[in-house]
Amino acid sequence: MANVISDETIEYVSILAKLDLDEEQKEAAKRDMGRMLDYIDQLNELDTEGVEPMSHVFPVQNVFREDVVTNGDDSERLLSNAPEEQDNMFVVPRTFE
Amino acid sequence: MAKQYETVIGLEVHVELATKTKIFCGCSTAFGGAPNTHTCPVCTGMPGSLPVLNKKVLEYAVAVGLATNCDITRYCKFDRKNYFYPDNPQNYQISQLYLPICRNGWVEIETKDGKKKVGIHEIHMEEDAGKLVHDDWADRTLVDYNRSGVPLIEIVSEPDMRSAEEVIAYLEKLRMLIQYLGVSDCKLQEGSMRADVNLSVREAGASGYGTRTEMKNLNSFRTISHAVACERERQIDLIESGKKVVQETRRFDDNKGESYPMRSKEDAQDYRYFPDPDLTPVQVDDSLLQEIKDRQPEFREEKMARYAEEFALPAYDIEILTGEKALADLFEAATAICGKPKQVSNWLMGETLRLCREKNMDTSDLRFSPENLAKLIGLTEQKAINGSVAKEVFEVMFEENIDPVSYVEEKGLKTVGDERLLRKVVEEVLAANPQSVSDYKGGKQKALGFLVGQTMKAMKGKADPAMVNRLLKEALD
Repeated sequence: MANVISDETIEYVSILAKLDLDEEQKEAAKRDMGRMLDYIDQLNELDTEGVEPMSHVFPVQNVFREDVVTNGDDSERLLSNAPEEQDNMFVVPRTFE
Repeated sequence: MAKQYETVIGLEVHVELATKTKIFCGCSTAFGGAPNTHTCPVCTGMPGSLPVLNKKVLEYAVAVGLATNCDITRYCKFDRKNYFYPDNPQNYQISQLYLPICRNGWVEIETKDGKKKVGIHEIHMEEDAGKLVHDDWADRTLVDYNRSGVPLIEIVSEPDMRSAEEVIAYLEKLRMLIQYLGVSDCKLQEGSMRADVNLSVREAGASGYGTRTEMKNLNSFRTISHAVACERERQIDLIESGKKVVQETRRFDDNKGESYPMRSKEDAQDYRYFPDPDLTPVQVDDSLLQEIKDRQPEFREEKMARYAEEFALPAYDIEILTGEKALADLFEAATAICGKPKQVSNWLMGETLRLCREKNMDTSDLRFSPENLAKLIGLTEQKAINGSVAKEVFEVMFEENIDPVSYVEEKGLKTVGDERLLRKVVEEVLAANPQSVSDYKGGKQKALGFLVGQTMKAMKGKADPAMVNRLLKEALD
């Protein structure tokens, strides 16, 4: 494995991903991430000189909607996913802006 | 001598676009719906849902870019800005980092120091977040996603402003342009225009920039001025006492005149932007660009010149009328109907603005129609009602947009034009006020005013004051 992920990196990435990993999981994640980067390195072997970066898999552009309301009140179905609701809203732990 | 400092300010202005639907789904953007009733799988970030760009959002963003002298990015894309927060159900906000729709623009502002250009770094399209409602009682937070996915443009200026006055002039200028475009109502209080202030200080004459802070939660021009002054002082105090300014986002408390660091989203300011694979790139071709250019409205400067030429209005009237798009629209529509520009202007600048101030109302929320204003002017022109009755009718029209012609008819407010009847009343008034009559004859002009008042009262206000005056004089002299 060419890529070695440091403890620092995996800790930083877990903060960004809001993951709480124990030591064993951390080691596994480091290995997985190293392998992924090795795989990506293979792509780097290709000569991409003059190739436009692709941001969409199909060669389409300008897919638009007209500005017309098509959706009604679907809040009942939406809130059926909520672990807890109050006044037609999702309840989440106290979050301070 | 104490060191002199210069304030360097750049703004990030978010403007909520006045589209009917959200940026990536067909949910309504109407304000004030019951919580979560304007939502769907797209704007609540359900797995497998697919966003599709609202064409109007693109058109509005390009229109603002053209109005602010920007280069339009002919091939643009959307990117994901990743962060976790309950108001952001996808765990990313769809925005534009690499290829924003507009770049390199400017607007001209004017302050007491003269005219100046403020550069626009870029304008990008993005989606708004949901609303968090804090339930202090239960110590928890509730989330309403009605606002999630409402289209925004973010206008990022260059750090070209040096004072609160310039900041306000810049915001006024943007608001004016955007209101004229009809792209947003730009109300700071209601959040349809939000400004984040990036501020740093440096020694006068220095060429580099100091460390900047970003201030949020500024929802009026007054608060912005206050925050600029306080943050400048805070940074200078830090520097003078040998400390460093920390680059951070701060929330300003207007009541205390203090700001404090925000701790949300701060754990790691690493948004790991990447192109959104769910959205196709956008190509602004020549025909679309031309279409938008052709639709650009007449802006304030052009309107001012035209009003002077076409309507021969005083400069003061023109300044006020064109200062608010809604007022200018009303003026033009009513004038087109009645052909009396000065009268229309007087009603708008006088009674309309007076009542707006009194009721703390925005001119964009005016309820009366230009047709009814034109009718009211018609009634006064024909002397069918006198000035004070006209004001009364106007107040009712201002509230309920009544048709003044039928209202005057119904309430019997028409001026009594019958000279014989009026003369009879005048005689009665004179007989009832012998003291005033002798005062007048003894040379007291004031007594005439009193007698006019008494006659108007006897007529319940429905007389032409000029005619009352004339008849009184005839009877007395």
